[in-house]
Amino acid sequence: MNSKTQNKVAIGGLYGIAGFVVLILLALLGFILVSGVPQLSWHFLTAPGKAFLKGGGVGVQLFNSFYLLILAMLISFPIALGAAIYLYEYAKDNWLTTTIRTAIEILSSLPSVVVGLFGFLFFVVKLHLGFSILSGAFALTFFNLPLLTRSIEDSLRTISDVQREGGLALGLSRWETVSRVILPAAVPSILTGVILSAGRVFGEAAALIYTAGQSAPALNFADWNPFNISSPLNPMRPAETLAVHIWKINSEGIMPDAKAISSGSSAVLVIAILLFNFAARYLGKRLYKRLTSA
Amino acid sequence: MKEEILTTQDLHLYYGDKEALKGINLNFDEKGITALIGPSGCGKSTYLRTLNRMNDLIPNVTITGTIKFKGSDLYAPNADTVQIRKEIGMVFQQPNPFPFSIYDNVIYGLRIAGEKDKEKLDAVVEKSLRQAAVWDEVKDHLHESALALSGGQQQRVCIARVLAVSPEIILLDEPTSALDPVSSSQIEATLLNLRHDYTIIIVTHNLQQASRIADRTAFFMNGELIEVDQTKNIFMNPANKQTEDYISGRFG
Ligand SMILES: Nc1ncnc2c1ncn2[C@@H]1O[C@H](COP(=O)(O)OP(=O)(O)OP(=O)(O)O)[C@@H](O)[C@H]1O
Ligand SMILES: [Mg+2]
Repeated sequence: MNSKTQNKVAIGGLYGIAGFVVLILLALLGFILVSGVPQLSWHFLTAPGKAFLKGGGVGVQLFNSFYLLILAMLISFPIALGAAIYLYEYAKDNWLTTTIRTAIEILSSLPSVVVGLFGFLFFVVKLHLGFSILSGAFALTFFNLPLLTRSIEDSLRTISDVQREGGLALGLSRWETVSRVILPAAVPSILTGVILSAGRVFGEAAALIYTAGQSAPALNFADWNPFNISSPLNPMRPAETLAVHIWKINSEGIMPDAKAISSGSSAVLVIAILLFNFAARYLGKRLYKRLTSA
Repeated sequence: MKEEILTTQDLHLYYGDKEALKGINLNFDEKGITALIGPSGCGKSTYLRTLNRMNDLIPNVTITGTIKFKGSDLYAPNADTVQIRKEIGMVFQQPNPFPFSIYDNVIYGLRIAGEKDKEKLDAVVEKSLRQAAVWDEVKDHLHESALALSGGQQQRVCIARVLAVSPEIILLDEPTSALDPVSSSQIEATLLNLRHDYTIIIVTHNLQQASRIADRTAFFMNGELIEVDQTKNIFMNPANKQTEDYISGRFG
């Protein structure tokens, strides 16, 4: 076999494998969407759930998912940003930073169910936060922080050192260089990372089952005082999310249309995550264009 | 008699254990262009970067000797590197505009220093770009990204960016080696324009370039300063045999 045929065989093999992966993905998506999309309706997306009867919706769960996501992002983004800037722009290579990096590495490969269990023992039990949005948001922060830190660090890495030298040589301080040159230049890529991690957080179930809880008390969407128990904003209420809902229905759902609700919820979840991914690409590209061209 | 603006005395620099500069004594008068030439790896960039403390960024660098800028020690414990780099600007081999508009690139230093007056900023942008001889080419798209410019235009915008913070000394490390001949000669013209107002120190591998633009030329080899003199002396009748060999292309 000469090298040309070898090349052809290799390329053919790789195409085959790639095609197979795409096929599995499409089949999976197709299955979820085909069985789920017919269940979707405005009622389904907005109505509260019913435990024993037909016709419940996932409105509360959907709201909970977004609320938790936003809280978790609000907590984890500043920390991750600070950590990433410190690690990449300031930290010298010594045992301390090596330890921090290793810790982040390990944290990011921790199974989320373990993070959930830790969240349960620490936030729910020890700190008496109970099954609540807040416990869930903290657990999600733990789950998200290492991933986000690494992704922001990678974004900073894509900005070439000549930019840093350029800033410093202009008489900018280290911090001015980082905050006024490097960060703005890295924004598109950081944003992409944030949205992608938002997608992961949005679909996370295991870390939430024992922290944000598995019940979704009906909410009064007219009451926005965070101190009232039925207010959507109350951070101390238990809050089942969409992903947890799917798990719950499938393991112990007793409503007659459990199957339909589960399919519908899965479709919503998948569509939301797809939207996150497309938004990440689109916004990242647009921002980059805005920054680099006319 | 001209003032000496920058003096280096017995300057040694070590990367770890490796001695890259072996006792350099070299002074610069105010204004005019000095070219640093020499074979690859002889320490030209290293020397240049000690002059605005860019080597501080590299770990494990040890520097001994004295560098004085207008009489004050550049490496004194209380020296302000940020201020030093404002007064001693630097242009790099690879054009490195920030990924912002041309306008923003030029005023970045000033704006961060707190200058808000729009009229003043506009004036500085125009003056700096004119000085860098790139105004006519970019004046109609000041608010477009600097990355959309050609390499030569980018490099001149980088020069303008340095000029905007009004330094006294401009260091350039092979500023034309990544550029085509036309852009290179535009940069050379720019530098010739600036030589009456600034002290310019330029590293170059292009001997013709040194002979065209430099008032004075310094020849480095193996971390040592071999010879420094008026450019025409270095090229027409060098005092040192090694200089002569290098100039006539016998090595390096
Ligand atoms: N960061 C560094 N760490 C260790 N050694 C270095 C470093 N930078 C430069 N050197 C060494 O110091 C010596 C001088 O390097 P320098 O870059 O100053 O040479 P140069 O004259 O600018 O060469 P060129 O013409 O190729 O740019 C070289 O032997 C180089 O290998
Ligand atoms: Mg060099």
